[in-house]
Amino acid sequence: MNLYGVRAIYKFEMARMRRTLMQSVASPVISTSLYFVVFGSAIGSRMGDIDNISYGAYIIPGLVMLSLLMQSISNASFGIYMPKFSGTIYEVLSAPVSYVEVVLGYVGAAATKSVILGIIILITAKLFVDYDVLHPFWMFAFLVLTAITFSLFGFIIGIWADGFEKLQIVPLMIVTPLVFLGGTFYSIDMLPEVWQTISLFNPVVYLISGFRWAFYGVSDVHVGISVGMTLLFLTACMVAVWWIFKTGYRLRS
Amino acid sequence: MGIIAAKAKLSKTAPVMRKYRALIHRQQDTPVQPDISVKHLNKVYADGFSALKDINLDIKPGEIFALLGPNGAGKTTLISIICGIVNLSDGEVKAAGYDIVKDYRRARESIGLVPQELNTDSFETVWDAVSFSRGLFGKPPAPDHIEKVLKDLSLWDKRNNRIMSLSGGMKRRVMIAKALSHEPRILFLDEPTAGVDVELRRDMWEMVRKLRANGVTIILTTHYIEEAEEMADRIGVIREGEIILVEDKTRLMSKLGKKELRLHLQNPLDKIPGQLALEPVDLSEDGYELIYTFDSQQEQAGVARLLRTLGEMGIEFRDIQTRESSLEEIFVGLVNE
Repeated sequence: MNLYGVRAIYKFEMARMRRTLMQSVASPVISTSLYFVVFGSAIGSRMGDIDNISYGAYIIPGLVMLSLLMQSISNASFGIYMPKFSGTIYEVLSAPVSYVEVVLGYVGAAATKSVILGIIILITAKLFVDYDVLHPFWMFAFLVLTAITFSLFGFIIGIWADGFEKLQIVPLMIVTPLVFLGGTFYSIDMLPEVWQTISLFNPVVYLISGFRWAFYGVSDVHVGISVGMTLLFLTACMVAVWWIFKTGYRLRS
Repeated sequence: MGIIAAKAKLSKTAPVMRKYRALIHRQQDTPVQPDISVKHLNKVYADGFSALKDINLDIKPGEIFALLGPNGAGKTTLISIICGIVNLSDGEVKAAGYDIVKDYRRARESIGLVPQELNTDSFETVWDAVSFSRGLFGKPPAPDHIEKVLKDLSLWDKRNNRIMSLSGGMKRRVMIAKALSHEPRILFLDEPTAGVDVELRRDMWEMVRKLRANGVTIILTTHYIEEAEEMADRIGVIREGEIILVEDKTRLMSKLGKKELRLHLQNPLDKIPGQLALEPVDLSEDGYELIYTFDSQQEQAGVARLLRTLGEMGIEFRDIQTRESSLEEIFVGLVNE
């Protein structure tokens, strides 16, 4: 295994984060904090509890998940798209690195950045809303698993995209609506029955539900199903990445 | 000894071994395994365009091989396949004795590539970019080697500069430094001096010679035929995806080259005299020059006969010039055939 190669890609990507701290860290932390202020402190104080949890605390897992998903996709897609755009991808393609090593480097870095960001957001949330974590291990496990899964998804988007517009389409047009409709601000039990059934087709419901269970021990679906669905999506992304490298799709002509 | 320490030690001895290998090869002239071996290589793109057709090519260790061809001939496709950037459709390619598909790691470890385009990361520093390349190619960090490469390429003073702040010529040097960072035994230079000034071009030629002296095999594509003429040991010409010629440079120039004898006459002629009608002679527009063209390899009796005939006819000349055709003229002749 070319560990030096993996390290080189990983270090390169992490250096990009350090160079763009405002964009990579400060911006998502500030925007998520605004949600905490508006929905948690301001509006939340006038809302009733959900499952005996204050509204401000209830929305924290969903908001952290929103940032985590968006940043994982953005970090990984940008990480692999930029070398394609600038032409420096030639170096990765001509290097003695396997596709597993390439993915480890890019996705590993993207997931690391997202986990760091998730932790910063959680710490920031404490400033505005009082919350506890019932299962810290599972909370961290969900954080890492989701970051890896969606970084892989972002990696696929970065390879698929042939322009900056396409790079933005999936996060903004698909992922954001799925997160908002996936129980970030409410429990799906609060929806009419038809919409509850429709919501179960939204994969983000399982992520948020599982993550919220790790915080408060309450969930819309059983935590085992949440873990299973996350692993299923992770497997699907891994198969897609394997196929991309096997066929050279949009990488090797 | 740990694996990393052993690798580092091997890495230090590699240039010496390469130099020795190339030296032995040159002195003994015995058949050795080619550094690049291409057999029946074909490349057909998804749109059906056949970019390479049954390419067969061996490149010997320690030589400078110039691959010439007009735009779109397939030079970059060939290089890209050998380096792993483009998939081959059919055939077999080996680099340093390793199959580029089945044993891609070892094959690619031995190759350095300087691509045609100035594809560099703008925000990285020179030092970081070159160190990144070394790591990517599976080599342990070696600040001493990076320092040497940067000094050799006059980049040492710029090591902490971001690449975006460098001139085009400097960026080209960074590309070369990146390609040399992992001490490759084979170096591909795809149009390395395109758009660089004369001074840098001379520097690069000097650097290429030094690399060759250290046993590095160099494959060069260029539009500047003078570059190939100046540096290459062997020349390959590719046209419409087919290798139409591979020849030792000096042999090629003597085999396909033409010589020209120009006689500056004392008095102008109206037309070529009848006695010279059968000779390959042209007359300049002003009538003051007789131009006699002959093959480099042809026996020289034609020149003596021409001079004798002119003497018999009383045609006097005040000066004689001879000139051999350049590689460029040979190349143009070949690709236009």
